[in-house]
Amino acid sequence: MSGISKRYPGVLALEKVDFTVNAGEVHCLVGENGAGKSTLIKILSGALSPSEGSIQIDNQPVQLPSPHSALRLGISVIYQDFKLVPELSVAENIVLGHEPRGLLFIDRRKVHEIARAALLQLGEEIDTSAIVGTLSIAQRQIVEIAKALSRNVRILALDEPTASLTEREIENLFRVIRRLKSEGVGIIYISHRLEEVFDIGDRVTVLRDGKVVTSCPLPQVDRRKLIQWMVGREIEDEYPKIELQRGREILRIEHLSAAGLHDIDLTLYKGEILGIAGLVGSGRSELARVLFGADPKNEGRIFLDGKEMHPRSPHEAINEGIGLLTEDRNTLGLIMQMSVKENITISSMKSLGSLFIDEAKEQTTAMQYAKDLNIRPSTVDTEVENLSGGNRQKVVLARLLNTHAKVLIFDEPTAGIDVGAKHEIYTILNRLAEQGIGVVVISSDLPEVLGICDRIAVMCEGRIIEVLDRENATQEKIMLLATGNE
Amino acid sequence: MSNPISKLRSELGIGIALVLELILFSILSPYFFTPENLLNVSLQVSIIAIIAAGMTFVILTSGIDLSVGSVVALAGIVTTSVLTIDTSFSVALPVAIIAGLAFGVASGAVAGICVTKFNITPFIVTLALMTIWRGAAFVYTEGRPVWELPAEFSTLGGGRILQVPLPSIIMVAVYLISHIVLTRTRFGRYVYAVGGNREAARLAGIRTERILLQVYMLCGMLAALSGILLASRMNSGQPNAGLMYELDAIAAVVVGGTSLFGGRGSIIGTFIGAMLIAVLRNGLNLLNVGSYVQQVIIGVVILLAVMVDQFRMRKRA
Repeated sequence: MSGISKRYPGVLALEKVDFTVNAGEVHCLVGENGAGKSTLIKILSGALSPSEGSIQIDNQPVQLPSPHSALRLGISVIYQDFKLVPELSVAENIVLGHEPRGLLFIDRRKVHEIARAALLQLGEEIDTSAIVGTLSIAQRQIVEIAKALSRNVRILALDEPTASLTEREIENLFRVIRRLKSEGVGIIYISHRLEEVFDIGDRVTVLRDGKVVTSCPLPQVDRRKLIQWMVGREIEDEYPKIELQRGREILRIEHLSAAGLHDIDLTLYKGEILGIAGLVGSGRSELARVLFGADPKNEGRIFLDGKEMHPRSPHEAINEGIGLLTEDRNTLGLIMQMSVKENITISSMKSLGSLFIDEAKEQTTAMQYAKDLNIRPSTVDTEVENLSGGNRQKVVLARLLNTHAKVLIFDEPTAGIDVGAKHEIYTILNRLAEQGIGVVVISSDLPEVLGICDRIAVMCEGRIIEVLDRENATQEKIMLLATGNE
Repeated sequence: MSNPISKLRSELGIGIALVLELILFSILSPYFFTPENLLNVSLQVSIIAIIAAGMTFVILTSGIDLSVGSVVALAGIVTTSVLTIDTSFSVALPVAIIAGLAFGVASGAVAGICVTKFNITPFIVTLALMTIWRGAAFVYTEGRPVWELPAEFSTLGGGRILQVPLPSIIMVAVYLISHIVLTRTRFGRYVYAVGGNREAARLAGIRTERILLQVYMLCGMLAALSGILLASRMNSGQPNAGLMYELDAIAAVVVGGTSLFGGRGSIIGTFIGAMLIAVLRNGLNLLNVGSYVQQVIIGVVILLAVMVDQFRMRKRA
């Protein structure tokens, strides 16, 4: 791809971007949210057409007027949110759009043959007649890749493929990627997780504000340099951490059991950040949801600030002083049609008057948060739909802060967020702990957990296996505990 | 609904359409733009418009209420039946009206409970209620209208204050209050939130089930109010009253720019939407266009209005 520009009314999303990928290499594409990575990939996939520039495959100029034409040229893109049909089977999804036809009907046997062959190529065994909706996220990803393979893929682009995968699943995915690489597929890999970039990539291209900052072989750069290119300034400390004196107990959980949770005992103190690590499905999010009243508990007691509480709904939990930042801000957090302002105040409307909304007060409250948290754009009347991931997360965060809770639980607070915004969120977490709020952080990002938490509770199969102190915790130790190996 | 300018703009389009329509018919028919005819239009639109106001709340929560037409009939029958009891009219009238409205609220409560507690989709719940209430109306009246009402009852739907028909005044009051509730109160904000993303709203601490229940009760009550006014105008309780009114009400809401997926829309839009259809019908009547042709034209206008709206939404995205 050379000299690619993409102009939107008033915005230049891409400016003369040159990008090449060779057969048999993994080319990583990094940059902050809004840097233009997705736009570039969409142009490659034929979903968008460039305002300027040309695309060549094997030195032959090609036109990509539609996703269909890109697919026929062997370009496959796997997006963060999969494009599978959950109601159909694995095999049906794999052949979707290029079903082998018999005389009149689809040749069922052949469908399964093609699907099996594609999966075999990946070294994966998934029942081809299983319904996709019943598969795990990792398995769905494999199906997506198999779908690409069944079409003779030559260029495979993966957009944030590991966002919801566990460590083990990521390793598996990397194995698949290396295999494809050895077979001569050119791979474009987009990720915010820099350790992955170093792990799997051969070359890296950094985009910032729609322009290529640099493009070079990966062994030649270090992490610090890469971050500096992405952010455009130097970040002193990726994980800022303030050491605080541990205060008195703020939350105590005794023998808590619920669906997916067994006999949980946990205590949270003021002034600390408690991390919860574990694989996806280990009960981390379930624990958060039960504490927040979103799911019912079966047994056990919860004490907030010394007083026993029985949260039966999020409404009650918020009133009692527990807040939850949900895992998926787009489907469980934000109300997209509403403005930044309305999303910030929706959990604390009572403070804006008993019947009528005090609009002046609402405006000042929202403006204050937009300023404090550096939400952009700073006009709080914008619909959240138009915000980038990092800014969306800050809006949900502002909503949570405005409930003035005693305990705040953050489920994957930095998932899919760029380095700069991550840093800002860590700073906010520190500030909350400083103010005496009990902070719980659930995260799959182990360097993050190790970097910002004072204690780390490791969960496996619905139980808390061990609570590690910051000094004693290592990535290896957490992984061993989380996979039930110790 | 957030940006005040874009908020205004979405109603501007349909508002302009209404103005153009008014100008067109004023040119085509000399009688059209007279106070007498316009007041007449406001009377004709009032019954559907009051239902559509309640329907707007329901559709904003991404629900639908198909039972309103049957509620119109049965509420009218309840009210007129109470009036046939032999007491003084001044005692009977308030009781009768309250009984009619109470039926509407109860019907909405049944719908709301089915939707929230039993998780049945609003379409199915209210489709069933539509059939049940219509059937009940015929069973109770044995298919005969409720007659022989006190003469004073007809002033409710037929009376005028300073030439303005009473139902029109009630309609304007309903819209003013609804608009204020939707835009200025906590309840209104929650309605938009529940319609925008029910689970996110619940996790934000909104008691979503309660909001939904209240919305269906409100819609039922307004349908009942319409039913009482209609019974008064016909001076009888008719078991086949309000047939297909649910569709007219939904059309007004949708033409007014409210999204069937919930979370977007406004009460002002619905008002203009209802007016647009009513003016069209009135104008075509004045021009002596046959009722079959009218149906075709109105259908086309509904399609056009929604298409323009979709087009604008896509351009924004």
